[in-house]
This record gives sequence, C-alpha cells and structure tokens, in this order.
Amino acid sequence: MRRSMLFIPGNTPNLLMNGDVLGADAIILDLEDAVSPAEKDSARILVRNALKHLNYKGCEIIIRINPVDTDYWQLDLNEVVPLKPNLIMPPKVSCAEDVKIVSNYIAELEEKYGMEKNTVKLIPLIETALGVENAYQIASADERVAAIFLGGEDLTADLRCKRTKEGNEIFYSRSRMVVAARAAGVDVYDTPFTDVDDIDGLYADAAFAKSLGFTGKASISPRHVEGINEVFSPTQAEIDYAHEVMETIRIAKEQGKGVVSLRGKMIDAPIVERARQVIEMEKAMFGEVEDDE
Amino acid sequence: MKITSTAVAGTLESSDVYVKVEPCDALEISIESVVYNQFAEEIEASVKNVLNEMGVESGKISINDKGAIDCVIQARVETAIKRAGGNK
Amino acid sequence: MSKLVESIKKAVELVELKDGMTISFHHHMRNGDFVLNMVMEAIAELGIKDLTVNASSVFDVHEPIIGHIKNGVVTGIECNYMGAKVGKAICEGIMEKPVVFRTHGGRPSDMEKGTSVIDVAFIAAPTADDMGNCTGKVGKSACGSMGYAFADAMNAKKVVVITDNLVQYPLNDFSISEVYVDYVVAVDQIGDPKGIVSGTTKITRDPVGLKMASYAAKVIDASGLLKDGFSFQTGAGGATLATAKYVQDMMLERGIKGSYGMGGITKYMVEMLNNGCFQALLDVQCFDLDAVESIRSNPRHMEVSATHYAGVSGKSAGVDNLDVVLLGATQVDVDFNVNVHTDSNGYIMGGSGGHSDTAAGSKLAIIIAPLSRARLPLVVDRCLCTTTPGSTIDVVVTQRGIAVNTKYGKNKELKEKLIAAKLPVCEIEDLKAMAEELCGVPKAVKLTDKVVANILYRDGTLLDTIKAVK
Repeated sequence: MRRSMLFIPGNTPNLLMNGDVLGADAIILDLEDAVSPAEKDSARILVRNALKHLNYKGCEIIIRINPVDTDYWQLDLNEVVPLKPNLIMPPKVSCAEDVKIVSNYIAELEEKYGMEKNTVKLIPLIETALGVENAYQIASADERVAAIFLGGEDLTADLRCKRTKEGNEIFYSRSRMVVAARAAGVDVYDTPFTDVDDIDGLYADAAFAKSLGFTGKASISPRHVEGINEVFSPTQAEIDYAHEVMETIRIAKEQGKGVVSLRGKMIDAPIVERARQVIEMEKAMFGEVEDDE
Repeated sequence: MKITSTAVAGTLESSDVYVKVEPCDALEISIESVVYNQFAEEIEASVKNVLNEMGVESGKISINDKGAIDCVIQARVETAIKRAGGNK
Repeated sequence: MSKLVESIKKAVELVELKDGMTISFHHHMRNGDFVLNMVMEAIAELGIKDLTVNASSVFDVHEPIIGHIKNGVVTGIECNYMGAKVGKAICEGIMEKPVVFRTHGGRPSDMEKGTSVIDVAFIAAPTADDMGNCTGKVGKSACGSMGYAFADAMNAKKVVVITDNLVQYPLNDFSISEVYVDYVVAVDQIGDPKGIVSGTTKITRDPVGLKMASYAAKVIDASGLLKDGFSFQTGAGGATLATAKYVQDMMLERGIKGSYGMGGITKYMVEMLNNGCFQALLDVQCFDLDAVESIRSNPRHMEVSATHYAGVSGKSAGVDNLDVVLLGATQVDVDFNVNVHTDSNGYIMGGSGGHSDTAAGSKLAIIIAPLSRARLPLVVDRCLCTTTPGSTIDVVVTQRGIAVNTKYGKNKELKEKLIAAKLPVCEIEDLKAMAEELCGVPKAVKLTDKVVANILYRDGTLLDTIKAVK
C-alpha cells in the first residue's frame, strides 16, 4: 500500500529508531539534503547499520541516495543495497540515462552479493524542468522503476518561479507526471506540502493531488502522515461500492450474463479494475475482510 | 587499519554517541555513558567488535555515550576510525 | 494595628522559632522561588538548628539547602517533589533522617489530621496587605493560584507572609485571609516569575511524542468518557500537552461541553476553557504566565486549595470526579506500578505531586511515555520505587504499543473497546520485550540498604522507601 512516504534524516539515531512507528506506508531514509557534506560518511554508515539491526515492521524502506553527479552515490549504494531496501530514490533525475546509470550499478551489486536480480526497485525523484519533460522516458527507462516522485521545491527553482501553497506553478508538472507514470504503468507520488503547521492546507493539497491521479504523497513532517493516509484511502462508500460491483459480477457470471449493470450504470472493465484496487487497499488497511455473504 | 590522526564522529544528542579516536601506541578505551551502570559491558563489547572487524590494534578511543543502542555505537566508532585512518 | 515587621530575621525571632521545629513553604514560584532560600539564610544566621523543612516542592533553585543540611540547620525534609540537584545529594546520603515524600493531596490532609505538625509557615505572597490578606493573582511576581499554601496557613501554629507587593489594607479578592496570619514582611523580590514556567510546559514537536499523544487521544475517545460533562487533567509534559490539544480538537469538532479541567494549569487548558470545552478550571497552581493572566481575569478559572484538589481529609475532592488523567513515568513495572521519584540510576529527581492522587481518583489513568529513553526501557520487572500503585493505573501508552491493565480484575471492557478501535493493544510484558529487543537488557542498579526517603501514600501510610545509591 502506497499512500504516504515520510522523510527521515539519515544521521539522526532517535528518528531512525522510530521511523516505523510514525504511521507512514513508506519511510525515506535520507542521505541527501538532510545530511551535510561533512556527515555523508557518518549517515551512510548509520543508515546501513540501522537497516541491518532494526526491525522496520509494516513499512517500505526507501533510501534517498546522493545525485549521480556527486562522489557519494556509489558509496551510498555500496552500503545499503546488500541490505535489500525496497526502493532506492535517486534525486535530480532528468533523463532515462540517469536511471540506467543507477540501475546498472545496483545490478552489479546485486550480482556481487548473490541477490536476485531486481530485488531493489527505483523511485526516481524528478525535480528539474528537463526531468518533467522526460518523465515518461524516466518512468519507462528500466524495469526497476516502480514509481516516480515529483519534487516541487527544486523544480520551482529550476522553473524560476515561486513555490506557493496553492501550487498553480506546478500544476502542469503534476499532471504530466501522472500521465507519464500511468502510461509507463508505475506509481506516482506528489511533492511534500511544506507548511508543517497548516494541517487544513495539507488536506486540501493532498486531496487535489489525489484528484489528479497521484498514488500517494510524500511528507517532510510526521504530522502530515495521518492526513495523507486518510486522503489517499478509499472512503467507506467507495469500499461498499467496490464490494457491490464484485458481487454483481459474481452473480452475473453465475447466471451467464454478459452485460451487467449496477444502479443503472453498465459495469465495464475499468470499473471492475477500480473496484479490485479499492478492495486491495481495504485489505492492506484493515487486513483480510470477511466476505459480505 | 591504523589510526593515524585524530577524528571524531557522532553527536551529544540523546540516543547518539560522540566518539573521538586518537593515535596511541597502546589500545586505550575510555567510556563515559548516561547508562554506564546498565550497559557498560555492552558498550565496550560494541566498541571492541568494530575494532576487531577493522583490524585496529592500537589507538585511544573515547566514548561519550548519550544512550545510543549498539548499532549506533558501532556506526559512530566505524565512522571515526575511517576518518582517522583512510580506508579499511 | 499592623503585622508588618522590618525583616525576615525579625519575623523569625517574633515567632520564636526554636531548634527542632518544623517550618513550611509552598512552591508556586516553582524554580523562580527566592523565599525558601532567604528564610533559611536568616534562620542559619540566627544559629537555629535541627529544623525540618516541609516544602510542597523542592526545586533546583533551592540547592543552598544542601549547605544547611551539612551545617545541621536542616535535619529533615518533607516534600511532594524534589528536583534533581537536591535529590542527588540526598541519595548520596548527606542527611541522616530520611526525606518524607507525600502527595499533593496527602500533604494538606496530614496537616489537617494533625499527623503533620507545622510550627511556622512561610508564605510567599505576590501581593499582601499589612494584616496578611494575600493573593498570588496580582503583583510583579504574580504566580496565580496559591492552592498549596492554604493548608499551611490554616494549620501552622504561626504564619509569616512574605511579599514584594505590599498594598493598602484591605486587599480585596484575597486568597488567604488575615485571620491566619501572624506577621508580614516586605522584601524586594520574592522570586522570578519567569521561573514558574518550566521547560516541560510546551507541546512537543518530537514526532515520537506526537505519536504517543495521538494514541492517548484515541484511547480517551475509545473509552467512551469523552462526552458532555467530561473532566480532565494533564500533567505538564510535552506529550501530555499534545494529547490535550488533540482532545480539544475532538471536543470542538463534536461540540462536547466538558465539566472541568484541573491540576497544574497551562495555557493549553486555558485555551480549552476559553473555547468552551470546560465549564471551569480548578487551579491549584499555574504552570505558565498565560494561566496566571487567566486566573486573574476569568471567574470561571478558579483557585482551589490542595485539599479541594486532591486531599483525603475533606468530604470530597476534585480528583474524586475526574474522568481522565494523563500522567508521565520514569519507570513502569509489569504490575503497572509507576516510579516518578527517581531516575533509572536511583537518584531522586521528582516525586508524586498529584500523580498518585489523580490516578486513584480518576476513572481512567493513562501513563504516556516512550518505550525507551536513551536506551533505558520504560517497562521493568520492578520499579526502583513505587510512586503510584499499579492498581490505580489503567493504561500505558507508548509509541509502539498500548498496554491495558487488566491485572486487578478491571478494564476488561476497556481493553475490548481499544482493540475494536484498532489501537495497537498489547500486554505490558510485550512493551518490555520490545524495548529490550531494541536496547538490550539493562543491568540492575545497585543500591545500598540505607533508606534516604520514605514515600507516604495519600492516606499517610508508608508506600515504599528510596535507598541510597552506591
């Protein structure tokens, strides 16, 4: 289940120890912006030890490595890949080639450590104008890519515009990311809402992202996690409807009917697929649920 | 690996540990900890564990622990030693 | 007639303080209090020895008392709370006679029952007239409520009021009446009002603290107690205050009209009063200057005595009708006993205050604390000492799990409600195991056999002892 992903600074023992209790579906252990150049080595070793010794229950682990134009990214991967994080997040990805470089290096490490190929997936962070323009190429660059993620802060700097709460300046980029991700068949995450104290604003921003088609949203504050989860979870009405759809289909199959309708609306393949996704989410949120029968 | 210069790693925040390593002919380990009474042996074992793994036989290792768990202590000691002596 | 005398020394002479007597102080100026130190200095200069100091709380600012103990001026201390500086000295065995710890409710009740006799009470009064009518609500050193001092004034054989704001007789809206007061002394400064605000009275921004707070709020919600007529107390502490904030949000959202908020009052409780969450605040002491302003200006923010707050000698007390109290803990043991007297090394750094009073009185007593602090697990096999008996604790909330106390044949229904609310309910032993998996198993602290403090329960019976640290 991928609704929320929460950034955790990579050099902070107390937060690393508690990353999995903050309610996020995924945590991003950050070796990039949250760590000063002088502490890159320290954070890398600390995060590696945390992956080795701590038992992160019930959430995906993502490591944000340093960008490929720095001296750190390979060192980062050397330490963390053998410990099988779910995903690696390379930042400032602007083209398919950036993905390939990281993927190939991960492949080398996977081979070296006798890991199954493609154990470690990728979630490229797209935060440049060029990256947005190349979003589809990035999303479909490699089978390792499981999702793409929009970074609004760096992007607006690159676009030479002001980052606002309303987010009109990233509207095009958001839509483009969603289209690219869906075209490539991967998940897509929205940029964090940066006003930590504005919970109402967070809800509105998350709801807007959901309405555009985002899978989920990243957060820089644990206080935003609950809101993001709530917004990106199916509502009870959606869950009920999904069960109704599946039940109608089941009965129709029994009766050998081809065309089925529910509440006067024809149930076609996309509606069934949507219902299936909602029920998957429900299972992930509440565990296996008893059938309505 | 040899400790050829003085280096530090970690912080004095709660749940972290501040490690200082210095060149020394003998091996000297000093431990100060807010949980000394409860975990002195574990802390020392963690430090020695890293020294053994990295083949460090001499040096002055000063630990100022603010209640770090073992994997944090090991990370900070490893970082300090790497900073003090180049590569493994 | 006037009761005004020219100095503290003169007042001490006039009350005929003698070797071996007991004197009392209250702690509304908290860590900003000057009065205890000034009085002790005057007494020491007069050569009086062998005194017992009964102070509702002893803070770090009272460190000079260590010198008075060493010089034999002070040979006994009785209090409800002791800060780490004096606490450490006590645990190192500097005083022969064990400290007597009471609770905020037990202290006044023991005075009223006559089991705790005060020869002279010294009352730090932010405003007083020359006959001794006094209040904490106004004056340059305003501290708000003077709730702990009421019992001292009413029960001590002699009472000295010390003020830095002497006003013309008669002071209107007094808290303590002249009928109890023998002498009044005017000084330059009774304390630093900034010191009444301690660092623990702000909402936490720590993610782990907020997680615990969110769980605690959900426990309160699931308990079914959050409805019209709700009564509530929080301690001062980042996570408990954050819980109060979440509780307020729920109350406002659902239009719940509570009855009263109680205890040490912070601006967060004042906010709840002003937003209509409570009909009244029962304030025994103010924890910040916002609370001081509120008690001065809002008649629904009421000053209550410690007996009214938490005592056992009255016919009833505020704690008796309390729905929910949020409390902290240094250690909780597998029988739910709680220690807030000592740190994990056995050094005194706290005390019950109202901890055991509110736990005993409330319908739902929630302990909120992280699973471990700086590698020390919260849950232990046996607390170094017991502040609050496990039989009065209902729930322990940590960031990794919530333990419901069903060990004393209660809370079975509550546990089911929390499970139904999908909260991470587990056993207290699970909390211990989880912490030990992360931190390791701490070695037991070695203590000596020398008793340095006796902990009296609210009814005056001996609950536990504190031993000197090796």
